[in-house]
Amino acid sequence: MTAPATSAEAPPARSLSGPAAQLAVQLALVAAVLAGAFAVLGPEQFINALTLGSIYALIAIGYTMVYGIIELINFAHGDVFMVGTFVSLALLGTLGFTAAVHDPLLLVVLLAGDFLVTMILLGVVGVVIERTAYRPLRTAPRLAPLITAIGVSFILQNLVQGVPPYFGYGPYATNAPQIFPTDAFLRVGGTNVPVLSLLILAVALGLMITLQLFVGRTRIGRSMRSTALDRDAAALMGVNINRTIAITFFIGSALAGAAGVTYGLQYGVTRFDLGFQAGLKAFTAAVLGGIGNTIGAALGGFIIGFIEVGAAAMGQARWGPAIVFGALVVVLVFRPAGLLGQQVGERA
Amino acid sequence: MSDRPNILEAVRVTRRFGGLVAVNEVDFTIPEGSIVSLIGPNGAGKTTFFNVLLGIIDPTSGSVQFAGRRMIARPRRAGLESLVWVLPSIAVVLVGLALAAAGILGGAGIALAAVVAIGLLVATLLLAIVRPLWYQAFLVRLGIFRSARPNDMVQAGMGRTFQNIRLFKNMTAVENVLIGMHSRMHASPLDAFFSTRRGRREEAASDRRAQELLALVGLRGIGNELAKNLPYGDQRRLEIARALASSPRLLLLDEPAAGMNPKETLDLMKLISRLRADLGLTVLLIEHDMKVVMGISDRVTVLDAGRKIAEGTPEQVRSDPRVIEAYLGKPAA
Repeated sequence: MTAPATSAEAPPARSLSGPAAQLAVQLALVAAVLAGAFAVLGPEQFINALTLGSIYALIAIGYTMVYGIIELINFAHGDVFMVGTFVSLALLGTLGFTAAVHDPLLLVVLLAGDFLVTMILLGVVGVVIERTAYRPLRTAPRLAPLITAIGVSFILQNLVQGVPPYFGYGPYATNAPQIFPTDAFLRVGGTNVPVLSLLILAVALGLMITLQLFVGRTRIGRSMRSTALDRDAAALMGVNINRTIAITFFIGSALAGAAGVTYGLQYGVTRFDLGFQAGLKAFTAAVLGGIGNTIGAALGGFIIGFIEVGAAAMGQARWGPAIVFGALVVVLVFRPAGLLGQQVGERA
Repeated sequence: MSDRPNILEAVRVTRRFGGLVAVNEVDFTIPEGSIVSLIGPNGAGKTTFFNVLLGIIDPTSGSVQFAGRRMIARPRRAGLESLVWVLPSIAVVLVGLALAAAGILGGAGIALAAVVAIGLLVATLLLAIVRPLWYQAFLVRLGIFRSARPNDMVQAGMGRTFQNIRLFKNMTAVENVLIGMHSRMHASPLDAFFSTRRGRREEAASDRRAQELLALVGLRGIGNELAKNLPYGDQRRLEIARALASSPRLLLLDEPAAGMNPKETLDLMKLISRLRADLGLTVLLIEHDMKVVMGISDRVTVLDAGRKIAEGTPEQVRSDPRVIEAYLGKPAA
């Protein structure tokens, strides 16, 4: 402990280690990947890849947030996304909308309501899952909550199937109402860009930026980061750990809900086991980007979107998953912590 | 000293780990505005006792009263709370079944009752997570007592530093201090999402106060450095600033002089005395450095093998034969 005067003289060391610089480096990497993909895929496929990538990214962020804060690979997260697709279609179906809506005002109101209600409902589902399935196991060995997560995944899949025709959707593919016209295009520099893709991209980016600001600049966001870094110390500084973890699950699941809504709008079909495939790929995205890092998860999601669409564009759609997981292996060999993994919290 | 009220009163605190009695019926009080030290040889139970005071581990028996409130004791009727969550839904289900049996409720009505029951279950669960004040008051009226968790103790006015530095290394110095302020801020997630004026004003005010606290402990101008990049002495001071951020009435310092050179130790003693004088803080010190303990304490309590073996002014404790024996062993017969 030195006298106050001396440390005031210490030169303020400005280096590349500051959080702002770190963020800049990560965003630059994201931009580089986007530019590369644009060059390889060409404009039309690039847009398709961005759309698919946004959906993966939204799911991957939930994986990465939950892993960051309680080090649980939440295998039920993909199924939360699947439930999101069903909640959205049930909502629109109940209101009687099954086809494209052409009245712009009505469309905006419907979409806003659909997103809002689905996200809040799914957030609550996430909180309930955490409270009932994961919190009792918080001090248990890691394998216990992992297996519980698989159990929760089964529960969600079976709840959605229900007992047809009385309740539930059964084991069949169900049509999701595509209320946003899929034949609306915007002409940008000689390319027809589907307006729906732009909408999905805008929603995804808006949510990601909001999340980034929320985590980076607010009281709750700080409590989330401190809990991820050192849970016990955070509690001893007055952070309510249970509430913070509940909020994390709420946000992660709400984002999966938003992904569910966009998936329904874009692809118009869903099924009870949709969450397994999507969840696996989103999890890959989270690991690829560096699990625990939200920007990394978004980057991973976009990369996987690019690979899948790229493979499909070359007529090799069947090879898509193989290339995705191959890329994961290669990245993990050279960067075991993932592309942006250096920011993962080290425990004190 | 004895005329001032006690800010903390621990009564017959005992903590067992299996067959080991780590803390054995310790009575301990801290008068408001004093500097009290807790010392004892390694394994005396200092840390366990400290952890009980902070709500990290529950006592096997005994209780702790802090700032006039009974905070820590064995929980009472803890199971009753889960009953509070499920009872409303069970009631709805039973009423629904009764109405269905009586033929009043059709298929749609039963489905509605089921939805209401699930909704109520989810609502009570969310209530238990958010824990608004009226919900807590309701639990107290039911006679449910829940021993305080660490964050409750901080809320009530207890701040601490760690024996080995436990800053949030990948957060900046200012953010570390802001985390300390967490329990004194009120912005909700909604304030944050919608960036309300209330939320922004609170963030701005907190940021100013964080900068003031950094200046107070002598860390002006390093606010945006990551904690892990600061030199050791600065990290220790940042810990104190972070502990002060929760506006504590009682500051618990766990071996603050560990690893410091004599000059730094002297500065630390000055800082602690100044904190008491300027902020009216009460300080509980766990320390191995006898120069620090004897130099600034109003009262010293000595633990050995889980028991309190001596208590008094530094002079009294220094000459107490039991203390000398605990530290140096019995004189050879």
